[in-house]
Amino acid sequence: MSAPVSPEVPDPPKHAAYLAGVKVAFTSVFFFVIVTTYIGFGALCHDYGFSVGWATLSTALMWAGPAQVILVTAAGAGTSALEAAVAVGLSSVRLLPMVVALLPVIRGPRTRPWQLLVPSHFIAVSVWVEGMRHAPALPREHRIAFCNALGITLVAAGAAATAAGFYLVALLPALFGAAAMFVTPLSFLLSAVRNSRLLLERLALVFGLIIGPLLAYYQVGLDLLWTGIVAGTLAYGAQRLRGRLR
Amino acid sequence: MSNLALHSYLALLLVGFLPSEVWRWLGVLLGRSLDEDSEIVLWVRAVATALVAGVVARIVLFPPGGLADVPLGVRLGAITCGLIGFFVLKRSPFAGLIVGEAALVAGALFVGR
Repeated sequence: MSAPVSPEVPDPPKHAAYLAGVKVAFTSVFFFVIVTTYIGFGALCHDYGFSVGWATLSTALMWAGPAQVILVTAAGAGTSALEAAVAVGLSSVRLLPMVVALLPVIRGPRTRPWQLLVPSHFIAVSVWVEGMRHAPALPREHRIAFCNALGITLVAAGAAATAAGFYLVALLPALFGAAAMFVTPLSFLLSAVRNSRLLLERLALVFGLIIGPLLAYYQVGLDLLWTGIVAGTLAYGAQRLRGRLR
Repeated sequence: MSNLALHSYLALLLVGFLPSEVWRWLGVLLGRSLDEDSEIVLWVRAVATALVAGVVARIVLFPPGGLADVPLGVRLGAITCGLIGFFVLKRSPFAGLIVGEAALVAGALFVGR
């Protein structure tokens, strides 16, 4: 077999779509956010007594920061598995509208539903925002490839950062561990404040910050779940009440 | 299921992966547009936000391991500094994170641990 002088490129556009996905992942502002957050999450897992394999796999399998932190802190508080599962589920409902919004953008006329399961797994706020922004510029038949490459790159970065945070907290001085663990509550709070545009979300945030510690202090069972349901329902009720008074 | 240890890989699948991933599968199955302003969506959004608030409070007030060595006053002060930094510096979460982290490290060094 003689090597061709000008090799035939099998499908340059699709190849380019994969590369574009990787490139968007590395240049996205979310890359930095994901690496920082998951270093903090890895540190958190270490101090809550999880293994590095569990921590890293949870990033690859769950790929939902709030749900992962809920699960890990639940173990620290001695929460039952059922309560933890319900809290994780309630926290991840937000993924459903993201999937519903992104899939019509990346689906082609001959796409079968199973082909959408892989890109849908990568959907979290990062892939959703970058997918909605960049995919429409690509030919329709290459958008799934683009989203898969984008998602795989970000998930891999998150998983690597999780393992890095886990080992760094064990190796570096105690103050580093404290600072790394502090990234999670601080960044979650700040992004929740920034993303809270409706009165409903702002009230839910404030009520949660008040009711959560109260329930935990008085050692009410299922405290995390009740915090979400009570504070969330109060905020929802207040929003409805205001709507009716107008 | 209530006796399942959350540290196990089985719990990661049943308590972590499944309750989270099922919403992505439902999104694929549903396929059609969803009313973002429907009452149930609004309620779920409020509950999810409150859950995040509850987790934030839990980590700051009852922290694990190394973070527990930093005094409560320093932890609360650092969260406050982070929020102030966020609002003062163009509502940038990155700026808030830097300010809050700096406050935590400075507080831990000066107040002692």
